[in-house]
Amino acid sequence: MQKPGYYGQWGGAFIPEVLYETFKELNAAFTAAKADPAFWQEYVDLMATYSCRATPLTHADNLSRHFGGAQIFIKREDLNHTGAHKANNVMGQGLLVKRMGKKRVIAETGAGQHGVATATMAAKFGLECTIYMGEEDVMRQRPNVFWMEKLGAKVVPVTSGSKTLKDAINEAFRDWVTRMDDTHYVMGTVCGPHPFPEMVAWFQSIIGQEAHQQIIKQFGSLPARVYACVGGGSNAMGIFQGFLDHGEVELIGVEAGGHGIDSGQHAARLASKDASAGVAQGYHTMFLQNDDGQMMDTHSVAAGLDYVGVSPILTDLWQQGKVRFEAATDQEVMEALELTMKREGIIPALESSHAFVQAYKEAGDMEADEAIIINMSGRGDKDIFTVAHAFDDPSWKEFIIKKGAEYAA
Amino acid sequence: MQLEQSIRAELDRPGKDILLMTHIVLGYPSLDINREVVRQMVDNGVEIIEMQIPFSEPMADGPTIVRANQEALEAGTTVRECLEFAEDMCKEHDISFLFMTYYNILYKYGVEAFFKKAKEIGIKGFIIPDLPPEEGEEFWALASQYDIAPTLIYAPTSTEERMQELAANARGFIYCVARKGVTGKQTDFDASFDQYMARCRRNTSLPLAVGFGISCRDDIAYLTGKADIGVIGTATINLVDDKGPEAVGPFIASLR
Repeated sequence: MQKPGYYGQWGGAFIPEVLYETFKELNAAFTAAKADPAFWQEYVDLMATYSCRATPLTHADNLSRHFGGAQIFIKREDLNHTGAHKANNVMGQGLLVKRMGKKRVIAETGAGQHGVATATMAAKFGLECTIYMGEEDVMRQRPNVFWMEKLGAKVVPVTSGSKTLKDAINEAFRDWVTRMDDTHYVMGTVCGPHPFPEMVAWFQSIIGQEAHQQIIKQFGSLPARVYACVGGGSNAMGIFQGFLDHGEVELIGVEAGGHGIDSGQHAARLASKDASAGVAQGYHTMFLQNDDGQMMDTHSVAAGLDYVGVSPILTDLWQQGKVRFEAATDQEVMEALELTMKREGIIPALESSHAFVQAYKEAGDMEADEAIIINMSGRGDKDIFTVAHAFDDPSWKEFIIKKGAEYAA
Repeated sequence: MQLEQSIRAELDRPGKDILLMTHIVLGYPSLDINREVVRQMVDNGVEIIEMQIPFSEPMADGPTIVRANQEALEAGTTVRECLEFAEDMCKEHDISFLFMTYYNILYKYGVEAFFKKAKEIGIKGFIIPDLPPEEGEEFWALASQYDIAPTLIYAPTSTEERMQELAANARGFIYCVARKGVTGKQTDFDASFDQYMARCRRNTSLPLAVGFGISCRDDIAYLTGKADIGVIGTATINLVDDKGPEAVGPFIASLR
């Protein structure tokens, strides 16, 4: 019999003993919530009135014509409150926190979207909030730090390890083992120890449920392919769950190719041959690690994809051949982002732009009576500093220099 | 049974009311300094040393040991070097040596190959803070096959029911974490700690080690009669950082 929390051989709960009772309580609360239709209804109502669900499915007719192949549809998670799919998971866990009666939430964040979403939820539900963020990501995503602080959260820059997402996760666990009695750890993705992968996937499944209904209504049949970027994998799991039971729909996860798969500077766990099985951060999956089992430094222009591990659920689906994995390089991402802005007036996040890259590579070779869906996990205007820097935009630089001089004066 | 027997034998010696277990992070600040630190510890009566094989994601450790892990790895410390060093230590010193590390180090080496190697070297036990009994069926079977004690951890949050489950799987001793949180912060010893220790004692027949925030003679004196082993971790790492390895001997001698 399959052990709970396992997906094939992947997953598990490799947790310090001090958290044993905390996980027992969390598992019980989650199991009860999942079995209670009123809980899901409360969640859907909250997302409809506080966020912007159902998010639209947009037919990108200009881009469809541009590539001359498949009809391209974009699932607009960018229109969720706080600008990304992250809100789905966070508001769901917020309702669970209320049920458990905890007073404080903590979270890790990479790009800052999960941090902003958690700070927002904490403000709405009246919870104390601390966000752990790698020092390198604090630098990359300064505007999100500003908003988290303004929303009332304490942002703690993490200076250990590679100073990115994985280190923020370690630090959040260190906080949790100290204050588990009044604190819930709002894990941001479908990774970490059980029940987090199952729980986050459940809250995110709302994306796939909507997308399934929307594509049938708007296009008349199921899509041929569905594309999603994969960091930890929560937006991908969210949309894929709407189509997993339909073998004719091909599911494609797109990882961060960074400077290229051959450069070693990337975060492609399943699309490259560089990852191997391991146990870290509380779960068993494929990690980018060396022969000793030490995690390697990863690279991506997108902070939210810059992570050593990947969802155990996706690793299992990959192993079963149910999800194909590809990688998009930093440079391809910038090109896809520019094209999407110019042709459709839509600004995908750098993370989401990875999914667009692969869709654009394939759309032209498909038939006009086929549809594809790209999951646009978040909006790109949060990345203004990184995007402007990557485009080497002269007028933006001039503005920053002037502003700097103004503050220095 | 080997580890528990050596602990019992030490405790039976006249005047030995509590044993000392110390902790080093292999490769921090260097294996050469580790060698000197171990010598000073052994010469001054330490009965058990846990040698931490550094890992890039030391989730259960506090800032001092996190930094030590990171710097050991940045200096290029490998698992193979750690094993070679451990082999030297087991040959040179007649005390009990344990490996403390995270599960991925064993997993990546090959869990059985790691047990085999550790047995050859003369290691008596493992402390793996991220491997609960529910996850390690292979690990527990190999531990009895190779007679290496898989120690387990009690925490102040552990219920009596859980303590009994853990005791059924553990060998050697039980590592009682003195408080919530990570390694390296001061622990307040009070009535609730005494109740916790009584709860630990009720639920296992194994010797009890107490660690987390134990740093001075007063702490060891307080633990004597309540615990069988006092664990000094972060305190000696800080001491080596501040005063060099030669300060370790006098510090250890001052503890009991």
